[in-house]
Amino acid sequence: MTDTVYGRPDNVHPPLAYPGYGSTRLRAPSQSLVLLPHNLTEVTGPLFGTSRVRPTDDDLTVQHEGEPIGQRIIVHGRVIEAGGRPVRGTLIEIWQANAAGRYRHARDTWPAPIDPNFTGLGRTTTGDDGSYRFTTIRPGIYPWGNHDNAWRPAHIHFSLFGRAFTQRLITQMYFPDDPMFAHDPIFQSIPDERARPRLISRFDYAETKSNWALAYEFDIVLRGRDATPMEDGHDD
Amino acid sequence: MMTDLADLNALTPSQTVGPFLHIALPWPDGPDVVPAGTPDLIVVSGRVFDGAGDGVPDAIVETWQADPDGRFEHPDDPRGSAAPSVAGFRGFGRSATDDQGAFAIRTVKPGPLPSSSTPPEAPHLDVSVFARGLLDRVVTRCYFGDETSANAGDPVLNALPDESRRVTLIAEPVDGGYRFDIHLQGRDETVFFDV
Repeated sequence: MTDTVYGRPDNVHPPLAYPGYGSTRLRAPSQSLVLLPHNLTEVTGPLFGTSRVRPTDDDLTVQHEGEPIGQRIIVHGRVIEAGGRPVRGTLIEIWQANAAGRYRHARDTWPAPIDPNFTGLGRTTTGDDGSYRFTTIRPGIYPWGNHDNAWRPAHIHFSLFGRAFTQRLITQMYFPDDPMFAHDPIFQSIPDERARPRLISRFDYAETKSNWALAYEFDIVLRGRDATPMEDGHDD
Repeated sequence: MMTDLADLNALTPSQTVGPFLHIALPWPDGPDVVPAGTPDLIVVSGRVFDGAGDGVPDAIVETWQADPDGRFEHPDDPRGSAAPSVAGFRGFGRSATDDQGAFAIRTVKPGPLPSSSTPPEAPHLDVSVFARGLLDRVVTRCYFGDETSANAGDPVLNALPDESRRVTLIAEPVDGGYRFDIHLQGRDETVFFDV
């Protein structure tokens, strides 16, 4: 029924069972995954356009009465499919800790200050060239309970839909030269070492705003459509 | 451009959604695939369990589906994009789990789907689960227990390597909808797909 098939990633995504990340122990499936052919449900997906985005959603520094504490930054980039086609008009959702490394969340209880002027939630929609841009503050590094003296590299969570169920991706963007990469099992869980730097944003001097904000560039590549046509799918 | 994009096939890796997904992902209307009051509305609900049999309180369940006519409002459907036959139908549902691991999606049952190479697919939802402790999403399908004959011909159900696990993909009819529990691991482990 469909002549669209998405390429299947190999060695890019972390394995579900990864002993270094303790929470996988009781949550990773133990049976093998079953191959699902790409029929209609898989090659389609929700197309939200701008319907989920409010005017201040792309600037995390203007969502409260005062400005959040921290280093003001611009995070921007493009969302493309493997092969280079831009992913237009797709919803991006981000969330992050504040400058002290504290999330505004009931289950985050480590003793770093809450910033009353920072929620840490952003949304935007990509433009026709797949581009997006947020203004926010640089999140802090924070400790977690995975192992002795464990700290997460500073990161921003990214959620992307692409245009098809197969393209759905949730990931994390990191910052250059973070001292915690070598100590972080979540970052290290990516099997192909060459794939890990794809999650590290690039300091982008050209996009910094004089007397205002630093800038980081983070491009995201979702799975692409294979050109290989299936059997004739237009007979009904 | 990042130099790595010189290889345009360099996919961005997945990372876990983490425990604080609630800052961004739940929407007030997330569970509403259709508006309240829609005729023939069903609630697909269940719990997400870990390998110890405990509810997973920091997961989010997402669903994607055709409308009751088996159509999608999407340009990549080779039959053409079709406006939904149910007013306000979004196709997409999203429900974070509660302290017990429970989720609920309010929707209508999708229609069956044609396939070029196989018998039609029985009505189903594609389901993604994200959680702390999952480095990538897991994907399953929710079929409907009262679609006995459609399920009997479904090419995905019939291709499962282990027939005894078929039951994990079939939601049980209950008052007002269907019950669909998701076991990430363990004796009753749900079938998950490489999508």
